[in-house]
Amino acid sequence: MRYSGFKVLKEALTGHRGWQPAWRDPAPKSHYDIIVVGGGGHGLATAYYLAKVFSKSSVAVLEKGWIGGGNVGRNTTIIRSNYLLDGNEPFYEFSMKLWEGLEQDFNFNAMISQRGVLNLCHTDAQRDAFRRRGNAMRLNGVDAELLDTEGVRKMAPFLNFDSARFPIKGGLLQPRGGTVRHDAVAWGYARGADSRGVDIIQNCEVTGFRIENGKCLGVETTRGFVGAGKVGVAVAGSSGRVMAMAGINRLPIESHVLQAFVSEGLKPIIPGVITYGAGHFYVSQSDKGGLVFGGDIDGYNSYAQRGNLPVVEDVCEGGMSLMPMIGRARLLRMWGGIMDMSMDGSPIIDSTDVDGLYFNGGWCYGGFKATPASGWCFAHLLATDRPHETATAYRFDRFRKGLMIDEKGMGAQPNLH
Amino acid sequence: MIIPHPLLGPRDSQEFTYLGDANLIDRPDWQAEDAVDRFHDYLYLRDNPAGEHKELWFHEQGDRSWLVVTRNTLTHEIISAELARDVARTRGRSK
Ligand SMILES: Cc1cc2nc3c(=O)[nH]c(=O)nc-3n(C[C@H](O)[C@H](O)[C@H](O)COP(=O)(O)OP(=O)(O)OC[C@H]3O[C@@H](n4cnc5c(N)ncnc54)[C@H](O)[C@@H]3O)c2cc1C
Repeated sequence: MRYSGFKVLKEALTGHRGWQPAWRDPAPKSHYDIIVVGGGGHGLATAYYLAKVFSKSSVAVLEKGWIGGGNVGRNTTIIRSNYLLDGNEPFYEFSMKLWEGLEQDFNFNAMISQRGVLNLCHTDAQRDAFRRRGNAMRLNGVDAELLDTEGVRKMAPFLNFDSARFPIKGGLLQPRGGTVRHDAVAWGYARGADSRGVDIIQNCEVTGFRIENGKCLGVETTRGFVGAGKVGVAVAGSSGRVMAMAGINRLPIESHVLQAFVSEGLKPIIPGVITYGAGHFYVSQSDKGGLVFGGDIDGYNSYAQRGNLPVVEDVCEGGMSLMPMIGRARLLRMWGGIMDMSMDGSPIIDSTDVDGLYFNGGWCYGGFKATPASGWCFAHLLATDRPHETATAYRFDRFRKGLMIDEKGMGAQPNLH
Repeated sequence: MIIPHPLLGPRDSQEFTYLGDANLIDRPDWQAEDAVDRFHDYLYLRDNPAGEHKELWFHEQGDRSWLVVTRNTLTHEIISAELARDVARTRGRSK
């Protein structure tokens, strides 16, 4: 079934009786060529591109809960490709290009909105760093504009321009950045993969790996053993727990909690995504009108999917300091998600020491924007056993070789990335 | 989260900064034959358990002591706190 304006009209006139489920609910088969563990954005995108680009017909996604219940449905929906380092920028720009064609590609309205991402700067040094990052982006063919104070004022007159402590000196704007409806990304990829023959199996938790003579033969699940030629793990915040079941007990990853917040619905006021450069606060406005905002991770290891009040206070203080008008809005909802924070703040898409077992993780709090490219690159690795050209740096051994991709220059301390 | 400081009693976790896994106390011997491997593992690999976790907290806004806090990463419940100095000494450090 294809979605179109005509179909919506036809269904509206015929009592909406013609809609069908967007994907099947199959029972697991005994064997697949490729199994993807984790039905988040990355797992579903991997399955989609395996089927669509690499013509794999025997693929399953195993999800312990329901698809979209993890971080893909918990994030603040920001997409951008404004990275500094060579290991990252071509990959994130590849992702941005895939976002730009995604809705037509998988025939699903993901409400992709390139409303611009503006990073504010408050000191001369910060502006210099932004100029450098903007130039690095442009060298990679990515759009970047450095705004002065007046440029920012024109875009966002409601910001606090009178702050003596943190004056707004300008900002780095990526006009092509923006927001995407996150649930629709999970659903669109799921539907696209399903229609190409991928089995999406929900309520199916992987509880172990069957490994013989160093080769992975399949996975144990709550719905029985499922054999596989290859297994790709894309479980975000659960990376450590799942890989430990395969005997890989220690990863360059810590799990941390990140919180997000949504206010009551308001009339349109915030033009794009705005990030505060002097505190941990970033904000956008959803199409329903809610202000969607967040800040830093809580900062201690956590698997709890909920955070604590000190960070709530910190985020709200950041908001008040940057745009005092936000104090009039009431907070409706807040929640947390578990981040796979890596040792240099950058991801891993690589094979492992176990033959036939592949890993995708370490996305930190920025993996939503990466969803399309991560899926494509992981599919590339699973299908061809070679890394995709934009993901060659995302290897496990970069730590051993001193080839870290440390955007923030924080060193091996995950809670600071 | 309230951290039961062994010297100062219950303190708000906001007074502390967090470093991570308390195994960071066990810095490898830089002269060992396999020092390169050991430092790689020490610096970059983590157990990252779901459940009880021993971790280093620094009382930055307080008496500036380092603590080893045992905390459950699934519930955020804090089970105990010791002075990191004492923990390091029982492991044979700084005699
Ligand atoms: C509050 C918050 C805000 C964020 N904001 C942004 C943002 O603005 N921009 C951005 O780019 N990124 C953002 N992120 C990060 C982004 O959401 C994640 O990096 C990304 O979604 C992780 O990949 P995923 O979608 O595959 O993860 P998930 O959706 O978490 O998928 C992993 C799946 O694996 C499943 N799983 C786990 N264990 C097993 C098992 N044993 N067997 C089977 N299945 C299992 C889980 O149930 C889950 O569904 C944010 C995250 C949070 C929490």
